Amino acid sequence: MADSETTASVLLTHEVGLHARPSVKLTKLAKTFQSAIELGLGGDGPWIDAKSIVKVMAAKAPQGTTLHFRARGADADAAVAALVGLVERDFDEVGAHVGNG
Amino acid sequence: MSAMVERFGRAAAPGIARGPIHRIVDLAGLHRHAGTPAEERGALEAAIQAATEDLLLLIGAADEEGAAILEFQVAMLEDEALRAPALGAIAAGVEAGAAWSETLGEQIEDYRSSDDAYFSARAADLEDLRDRVLGHLLATGTGATVPPGAVIIGRDLTPSRFLAIDWTQGGAIALSEGSPSSHVAMLARSRGVPMAVGLGAIPENGFTEAIVDGARGRLVLDPTADDLAAYVAARADAAGQAVREAAMLTHPAMTADGVRIAVLINVAEPAELDRIDPAICDGIGLVRTEFLFSSASGLPDEMAQYTAYRRILEWAGEKPVTIRTVDAGGDKPVPGLTIDGESNPFLGTRGIRLSLAKPEIFKVQLRALARAAQHGNLKIMLPMITIPEEIDEAAALLDEAVVELAREGIAASRPPLGIMVEVPAVAIVPERFSAAAFFSIGSNDLTQYTTASARDIAAVAGLNDPGHPAVIELIRNTVQTGRELGIDVSLCGDMGGDPRHLPSLIVAGLRAVSVAPPLVGRVKLALSEIHAGVPA
Repeated sequence: MADSETTASVLLTHEVGLHARPSVKLTKLAKTFQSAIELGLGGDGPWIDAKSIVKVMAAKAPQGTTLHFRARGADADAAVAALVGLVERDFDEVGAHVGNG
Repeated sequence: MSAMVERFGRAAAPGIARGPIHRIVDLAGLHRHAGTPAEERGALEAAIQAATEDLLLLIGAADEEGAAILEFQVAMLEDEALRAPALGAIAAGVEAGAAWSETLGEQIEDYRSSDDAYFSARAADLEDLRDRVLGHLLATGTGATVPPGAVIIGRDLTPSRFLAIDWTQGGAIALSEGSPSSHVAMLARSRGVPMAVGLGAIPENGFTEAIVDGARGRLVLDPTADDLAAYVAARADAAGQAVREAAMLTHPAMTADGVRIAVLINVAEPAELDRIDPAICDGIGLVRTEFLFSSASGLPDEMAQYTAYRRILEWAGEKPVTIRTVDAGGDKPVPGLTIDGESNPFLGTRGIRLSLAKPEIFKVQLRALARAAQHGNLKIMLPMITIPEEIDEAAALLDEAVVELAREGIAASRPPLGIMVEVPAVAIVPERFSAAAFFSIGSNDLTQYTTASARDIAAVAGLNDPGHPAVIELIRNTVQTGRELGIDVSLCGDMGGDPRHLPSLIVAGLRAVSVAPPLVGRVKLALSEIHAGVPA
């Protein structure tokens, strides 16, 4: 079976951009998938390994950046959906604050 | 068995303590002997593993915010991409420590040069990682826990290392270099940790126990029975002195001939206040706000600052609280704020110069202060003022902040705006600075700039003397001019907490000092033995 490639983009609305805590969450989530997953700050790349916190942080993506994901592998669809969901939920940061009161 | 060894240096923080020796090693000065590339690769991998384990242990003990920062560091260390360039260099024959330093150095520079203050502040995280791994590589165990009550011996000590040590069981510091004016020495005085500096070469091996007598600048390695007996006697003596000082604590300070002297306290972080009874002082003469700006999570927002200032004001009740706007620069770099690479940072963009150069950051602090002013008797103090125009510019920004807050419907008021007198250009002609609501003499910097001897260079520490007649004359001139202009004058440097200098300050006409909290009793006791004479 040939691996399929899946792509999607999502607007980064997190208050301060793709910072340490969000980057940790994003790369940790990416690592739970077998597919090769890449992150781009534009639709044409350059593409960086979404499982590498060093590279994700080095991208220094500010708020308002459109993040592009592309994945290749057996679970590519699920991986892209999960990562887009994490960014859309603002990395669960707001919920975490409320929850911890 | 080694014989007793004694070293005399300079006093940095009073008190006497005895404990097991814990040596700290200066990473920058060390070189490993390089092995084969395979050995070097193994050494680096092992050091990274050990550093990761340190961090995981620290995470277990940290609060939520601290844990999040450390988890980020762990994730960075575990990422193969971080070590890849270092492994490449090792394969080409470079020693592991040099390869690691070089690799991290490039990353640190990359973050530091970011325009985004948050990303730029991450340089500090990477420096932390670099040093932690280097520590393991050099087998010095930077991450190793200092045993409680230990005597720390080394070349110098950084403020962050000091803050990472548990001082609740006692302990002391003995440094071969260092300076009584360093930030570590200030912290040691605040926490009551005995400290001696400038001890010269301290013998390396074979010693297990040490005594530090901070007030005499004395270190004894492997003390003899006589030394131990003297130590016990000195402790008893110190205990007697402590009782006499404690008896003075809650009484207003008065000279022997009945002149009232205001004694205020210097505060470096709000948590210090939890252990202090407001009744011991006449207010807070100096709140250093740098603590807010040294957090690993980046520059503080308005709410974080407002909350911190409000807490301090509420502690003080009706008593005056002087909060100094951020005094970064010099020997206090702040990632994302200060300017790197100035050839002489003490003569560069620090204090108010930096604040006025970055009005968007300064404005946030002024807004937070104007809001906090609702909760007590707040005064704002500007550091490093050199020309009167700096006061005007800061005042205009403060007024703007107050107007903005009113327009936004946020409760605020405009506190009085005073200045530090720490640059000779002010102390020589204080009458030109009559726009200031008050003068607070910063004797540490005034001494450093008047004697042209840096606070952090051990070799010129002897010249860095606040008792120099020129420094005393500048203080007298400032006090005298303040009196003529009806401007309150106080002094918030270390000189005000030193019984040797108090007589000349009182004779110069000074009637208010602000000192480290553990020195309040000592200062009040010393003042009670001074004759102020007939006021001029």
